[in-house]
Amino acid sequence: MHRDFREETERKVEPAVTEAVKKRSMMEVEMIVNGVSRRLLVDPFESLLYTLRERLNLTGTKEGCDQGTCGACTVLLDDVPVLSCLTPVARCSSRRVTTIEGLAENGELHPVQKHMVETGGIQCGFCTPGMVMTAVAFLREKPRPDEREIREAISGNLCRCTGYAKIVEAISRAAEEMQS
Amino acid sequence: MHDIKRYLVPDSLDEAVRAAAEGDVTFLAGGTDLMPQTRTGARSFSSTLINLKQVPELRGVSRENGGIRLGALTTVTDVLNDVVLRKAAPVLSQAADHFASDQVRNSATIGGNICNASPAGDMIIPLLLLGAVVELASWNGEAVGTRTMPLEEFFTGPGKTQREPGEILTAIRFPVPGEGFTARFVKFGTRPALDISVVSVGIAGVKENGTLRRVRAAFGAVAPVPVRGRNTEAALEGKLLTSDTIRQASEATQEDISPISDVRASAWYRRELVRTLTTRILNDVSTS
Repeated sequence: MHRDFREETERKVEPAVTEAVKKRSMMEVEMIVNGVSRRLLVDPFESLLYTLRERLNLTGTKEGCDQGTCGACTVLLDDVPVLSCLTPVARCSSRRVTTIEGLAENGELHPVQKHMVETGGIQCGFCTPGMVMTAVAFLREKPRPDEREIREAISGNLCRCTGYAKIVEAISRAAEEMQS
Repeated sequence: MHDIKRYLVPDSLDEAVRAAAEGDVTFLAGGTDLMPQTRTGARSFSSTLINLKQVPELRGVSRENGGIRLGALTTVTDVLNDVVLRKAAPVLSQAADHFASDQVRNSATIGGNICNASPAGDMIIPLLLLGAVVELASWNGEAVGTRTMPLEEFFTGPGKTQREPGEILTAIRFPVPGEGFTARFVKFGTRPALDISVVSVGIAGVKENGTLRRVRAAFGAVAPVPVRGRNTEAALEGKLLTSDTIRQASEATQEDISPISDVRASAWYRRELVRTLTTRILNDVSTS
């Protein structure tokens, strides 16, 4: 049978919450965010970006254009880069979401993060989280990219500070480090 | 905001069309058009939101009876990476490669790109070149009923199609092109990634002895819907691809299009682009 999330929610949740659900037609989603399982009441059509920033306080993911053209809000959905501003959170039910906050392991930055800092590819920092998420997914697909491939890979991410040179260098260095 | 009262995730086409038959539904596939359109108010929600992601009949690329069937939920990334498509219809893979950005391609679906019915929809032009038909399903009261129609008849205006409210676009089908089939698609925008096409031009045909036969031409972002270029086709059909033929065909494009001026370009510029891109494509076809 198909699932009516509102009805399911009504059965499971406290009466007061049920009222809120009825009024605002909220639904429950369960997703794994940076390795942690989260159950949340959400508006069925709010963006994943909104859920991350406003409900989970994961403000590392940035809102740039909010219309799918700048790439600043890029996160990984089941390891695949997507624009969180264009992703209804309903699509994320039972899936894994990775944000910039979920990259460091045991307090150690991911090589892409580390080299972005070292080369000065971060500058104002606003495009950086999206740029890093795109680069991380790209290097998994293509561990030994050339410069043209790197530039193509980040073509969906706008940066207005660096002129991209230092970002390309950072990704290239990260690729080398991850090879060794 | 919106007024979604019910959110459904049907597990089969049968359930999906039955729910759709109740009327007043909005379908969700990738969400990359629906999300910004509903946010800006360009579109409003119906009371029931149906997420189609778990309907198995809408998935997958398959070969059947000399044709190819693309499930409506096939993402643009799936199209780009599909080995069968790359071999059988490289023009479709090329268009997928120029579609928005990686992040959008990973979410956006081919069915969504068609139902959104943008005159600039990038997957539509190559599908017109391939002679694609769309498959629509609805609940006829007792069972799932389907109908098909040529893609070029599907569009009725910007954002408008022949799809009835309770109908779901289930698949796109096209015959595998035969020997000698050649097709080109060129999209023009000001930024290599993520631009909405200023214009796009597609030309295809079977090339033999320096002529093109069974010619198909299609243009995007130059009319209220993506259009076939009948005049251009007539100027090329069966003629030797000489510089005269190419000039006449490039001129004939002007009768096929009716561009407007908007934020992306003026009508004059769009006309010049279509003429120039057509000449370039035909020069390329004639020498390769």
